[in-house]
Amino acid sequence: MKVIKIEKEKWDKGVEKLNGPLRLFGPVKDGQFHNFKELDKNQQPDLNFLNTRLSPKSTVFPQSEVMFEYSLDESREDHHIMKEIDQDYSPRAVIGIRPCDAKSFLLVKRNFDTDEYKDPYWIRAFEATTFIGLACNNPCSTCFCTSADCGPFHEEGLDLLLVDAGDYYLLKVITSKGENLLKVADWETEADADTSGETSGNIIDTLKKEAEAKITSSVVTDRLKEQISLELYQAPFWEDAAFSCINCGTCTYVCPTCWCFDIQDETHGISGVRIRNWDSCMSPLFTLHGSGHNPRGTKLHRVRQRFMHKLKYYVDKYDDGIQCVGCGRCIRLCPVNIDIRKICEIMNNYEPAACACPA
Amino acid sequence: MLGYIDKIKEISERVLKEGTVEMVIGFQKGTLPMMNEPCFVKCSGDVQRLVWDSNCGINLANYLTDRKEKIAVIAKGCDSRNIVTHIIENKIKRDQLFIIGVPCNGMIDKSKIASMFEKEIIEVVEDQNNIIVKGEGFEETLKKGDVLQENCAICIHRNPVIYDELVSDMVEEQRDVDRYEDVRRIEEMEPDKKYGFFDDLLSACIRCYACRDACPLCYCPTCFVDESRPQWVGKGQDPVDIRTFHFLRAYHCAGRCTDCGACERACPMEIKVRTFTKKLEKDCLEAYGWEAGMSLDERPPLDTFRPDDPEDFIK
Repeated sequence: MKVIKIEKEKWDKGVEKLNGPLRLFGPVKDGQFHNFKELDKNQQPDLNFLNTRLSPKSTVFPQSEVMFEYSLDESREDHHIMKEIDQDYSPRAVIGIRPCDAKSFLLVKRNFDTDEYKDPYWIRAFEATTFIGLACNNPCSTCFCTSADCGPFHEEGLDLLLVDAGDYYLLKVITSKGENLLKVADWETEADADTSGETSGNIIDTLKKEAEAKITSSVVTDRLKEQISLELYQAPFWEDAAFSCINCGTCTYVCPTCWCFDIQDETHGISGVRIRNWDSCMSPLFTLHGSGHNPRGTKLHRVRQRFMHKLKYYVDKYDDGIQCVGCGRCIRLCPVNIDIRKICEIMNNYEPAACACPA
Repeated sequence: MLGYIDKIKEISERVLKEGTVEMVIGFQKGTLPMMNEPCFVKCSGDVQRLVWDSNCGINLANYLTDRKEKIAVIAKGCDSRNIVTHIIENKIKRDQLFIIGVPCNGMIDKSKIASMFEKEIIEVVEDQNNIIVKGEGFEETLKKGDVLQENCAICIHRNPVIYDELVSDMVEEQRDVDRYEDVRRIEEMEPDKKYGFFDDLLSACIRCYACRDACPLCYCPTCFVDESRPQWVGKGQDPVDIRTFHFLRAYHCAGRCTDCGACERACPMEIKVRTFTKKLEKDCLEAYGWEAGMSLDERPPLDTFRPDDPEDFIK
């Protein structure tokens, strides 16, 4: 394990050196909150944040992404032909991504990069990206990553993990992709070159344990797998659980693991583009058939779908935990305070009423 | 206002027990500071779930749309005006409702309060006039009057305009309130500046439609932005499409909006979406002397034609 020590005054310089050889994305404060934005030349990521309002999924999976362009001008030889547009897939880095958000890319990858289907847009952007994580020394009260197979210092999905050790940063090298950046940024002082003090591994471990101890919130998921899908689907608790939902798209849009999209052609005059946009299972239009029939015609259907997908169908399909990394954004931002922790508990602990038939 | 809850529970229990209604729509305690969740109660034994405090900013009229049951609903001044609008617009019948009126002192602005502290807020409690905010290593007492939602701070109809039973005596209405200072400031802007102002205002919009979905007025079976045959509006992040959504939604609420603030409270990006609806509220007041939802006996001005309607705006 290689750990680099970066004096805080050398951090900005390193970021500056990366900006150019790579496109950089980092948290930027805009108004009352932070979001990931592409950094201008000389712009520094602002690492003084709990977590960003929106997840950084847009750095690889933008809310609106043009895929093709076309012309309807019949005097042109290439009229009515979809042509892929040039995209910038040059190397890029996302700096300051929280470990939960980094892990979410691996969950999302299951949708965009399978043996059967490969989404070229997502894959090219993902492969072009180096993820430089920022360990959470101070998680939020709504963070439940540690019970969602993740954690404040979790490394899956990251190439480098930056740890704020007070007077300096420790940068833990996780992949060779991450290691390649060190030279460019001139971050090359190994933390344990001087053997007199505590090892960097110990320092990181201590901070990690402290951070994990601060996480007071959790979900129970142990029985989700054994629950019968149909029984959960038909359970009476959904009426109560779905009541307050207003069916907006907030939870799905702020979620790092929600991957659904819609594809639209937009024609302006005699030219047009094919775009893909984030879509939301909360919207009735999401499932509206051409016939006019809507298999998820009510709010209850849609609320149930969102939670069943994340906490049951995904669990059954991949057998590797829930489709959630515990970032808590949907809890904090839901206008009516629907709380996935509560719903997860109800689903996990659900006992179908005993059969009332006479023996 | 904290004392209301006992009375709310008492009335709720009674109307459920007596069979006057099949359900009570109110709030239950939320899982976050400064949040309560709308809920329904169907058994009189469950009324203990109900809460009432300064975090009940969601407009409960939104939960009445097209319901068929007999319902008791807890209504602040603004909710009651939206209930009136709902009745006028045939979204629910008066005789389906038992309205538990709540004279309101205003709801607190969770975003504003959160922005006042560097650290995360862990707990918020209130007494009659104060909001006590607690977090790791800090505790501060704020005057409730200083941290009200903006719409509540300028509210002039805090008392329910329609009700079957009140939970307390009426509160004193605020007088000499300048409701439209911000609208006038925008009206006075040069066109370029105004355009820039709206661009900035909407730049954070992610089109989640929480503003629309929290609004009791937005009950169209299919909203124009969701129409697909034909499709009226682009679905992406094109600023023209985003503007189209907000402007058209606001116009659709003209003469109907009660400035309940649910839209602004719901916005995950803290966009001041009331900026649009307030301008139209002001126009309706100036052109027709109209305030929405004040009476069951009068139809909204954009719903009626009178030969003497003002037409100064037709140039």
